[in-house]
Amino acid sequence: MRNPNSETRNPQEARNPKGDMCSLCAGSNFRFWISFGFLALMFVVPRNMLAADIAPPTGLVVKDRPNDAANGLIVTWSLSPDDDPTAQPKRVTQYEISRQADGGEWSAIAKVPAGNTLIEDTNCEPGKKYRYRVVALGPDAAASAPVETAEAFQPVMQWVDTRRLWFGAIVAFICGAVIVCTELAKHGAATYVRPIAALTALDEAVGRATEMGRPMLFVPGIVDLDQIETIAGLTVLSRVAKTAAEYDAVLEVPTSRTLVMTAAQECVEAACLEAGRPESFNPDRIYYVTDEQFGYVAYVCGWTTREKPAACFYLGKFFAESLLLSEVGNSVGAIQIAGTAEASQLPFFVAACDYTLLGEELFAASAYLSREPQQLGTLKGQDAGKVLAAVLLLGGCLLATWAAFQPQSVGAEAYHYFREVVLNKGGA
Amino acid sequence: MKRTIPAVIAGVTGTVMIIAFFIPPAQKWQQTAEIWFTILTAIAFLIGGTNLCLHHLKKVAHQQTGWGFSAVTLAAFFITIFFGLTKWGVPAAEKFPDYPWSGSYMDEGGGMWWLYEYVMSPVVATMFSLLAFYVASAAFRAFRAKNVEAMLLLVTAFIVLLGRTYAGTVLTSWVPESMSALTFPGLTGVIMAVFTTAGQRAIMIGIALGIAAISLRIILGLDRSYLGSDKN
Repeated sequence: MRNPNSETRNPQEARNPKGDMCSLCAGSNFRFWISFGFLALMFVVPRNMLAADIAPPTGLVVKDRPNDAANGLIVTWSLSPDDDPTAQPKRVTQYEISRQADGGEWSAIAKVPAGNTLIEDTNCEPGKKYRYRVVALGPDAAASAPVETAEAFQPVMQWVDTRRLWFGAIVAFICGAVIVCTELAKHGAATYVRPIAALTALDEAVGRATEMGRPMLFVPGIVDLDQIETIAGLTVLSRVAKTAAEYDAVLEVPTSRTLVMTAAQECVEAACLEAGRPESFNPDRIYYVTDEQFGYVAYVCGWTTREKPAACFYLGKFFAESLLLSEVGNSVGAIQIAGTAEASQLPFFVAACDYTLLGEELFAASAYLSREPQQLGTLKGQDAGKVLAAVLLLGGCLLATWAAFQPQSVGAEAYHYFREVVLNKGGA
Repeated sequence: MKRTIPAVIAGVTGTVMIIAFFIPPAQKWQQTAEIWFTILTAIAFLIGGTNLCLHHLKKVAHQQTGWGFSAVTLAAFFITIFFGLTKWGVPAAEKFPDYPWSGSYMDEGGGMWWLYEYVMSPVVATMFSLLAFYVASAAFRAFRAKNVEAMLLLVTAFIVLLGRTYAGTVLTSWVPESMSALTFPGLTGVIMAVFTTAGQRAIMIGIALGIAAISLRIILGLDRSYLGSDKN
């Protein structure tokens, strides 16, 4: 008979007061074997075996990524049966995708959240073969057994991006029209270009500055030379600089990009030479300020306030600074001519400037100012593009109306094709 | 030659860009062209820095109008370069705690970070906030009812302004649900979705065609006015 209040009771008895413990668990041997077994699991058994309770994903499929230069594969799989978004806590939190190139080392390339069944591996190298492995990961470093592709896949090169065929056809039509019209203009076909008030006013603005004896400001946008608006702005700069050289007016061109500064210097120098006034060229008037948007604005606004130019030209790509620059120019009473292809900035220029080149007018400026038949021919070709755009708009509206009234008709299918294939995929 | 070579480079690069858009194998050439542009831009930074120094040093030396601003610009330029190059005050990276220069130059606590956080950001925010005042003055000028068009603009702007505020909702809250399109928010929605969008799309189509035309002029070498002169 044991005394339950005995102070000398050993721990084994305390855990099992009935005293019916088996001999294997007796004494300190029990704790040793438990610890040993745990350590064995830690060091001998692979990590993913420990978490064998997470079911692996299934149905791993690899296929070529279409319309690329043999640098992409698409990996898809079916969700792990344990990937249940409603489960709390979630048993699968993400999937880890690994890749093996040409039988080399496996390396993890992506982790995607649970519920996803696809990745596009766009970092493949042409000519190499790849195998893929997907593992479902859970909380606390739990992982499922990996599922691997049995064979290696090689990305295939496509020679034409078929998604862009329609867009290519539209581009070919417009470019063809431009080239045909240019050739016609070369051979003497007359081209009428409507007067553009802002471009007509360029000479007026330069003349005003000359009469007032005050400088002019030219801002060729705030982006680099790889933007077509900057190029368009520089073509107008050539004309303004030529007129300024003829009238002996002072032209200031602060730039926010170094390459633009270099190109602007070349333009102005060429214009001065063309005007027969090479001595008018002063490179100190064309300089770099800063790449920083509002730093540039601060400088130009400060200069405008101090020097009070008689004419300000803003031609190029502009963002939030458009209104700051033009309002300061307006406050000093300068005649202002602006032009940009940024639709969101056009209202600001319209509100603050005397003349504004709206979008395409900026790009037409060089042709308009040069009056060269070849360049004017490109504007005529542009009109062919507008006709095409109008036809597409009208056709699209009719098809959409047809589809709205008869959703099961041929018209609905045509509308779907037009919207999804002809329009949506074009810019993809 | 001075204009011909750049014109050829522009033409070839432009053609490559177009081809690469439709033909995937040509995308390598496109990437090469973009890398070259980046290299040129990096070199241009040196030219820009030199130009900036010379321009402002001349102004200070000759004490031209506003030379004090040039002095401030030069001081700011050299201070920034000093902190950027020396990584002054930059804490060591966690991986290399024994090397004081191992942290990034913009790490929190460093001189460059301090300049950006406490000088650059407030100054930029100040310039940007000026926009609010200029919007007001430009709107005042634009909305003066000088003629029929200006009157239409004024009325439209008034509706959109009210439709975007709580006042517009309250003022037309009595309108029955079946006629909600006639409330200020309803009218604003129609103006923005139909009239504004239609106008913007027309401008966008024109811009796209204009870009195509000017790009062709450059690629074909018809327009070289941006390249300067062949003469020296």
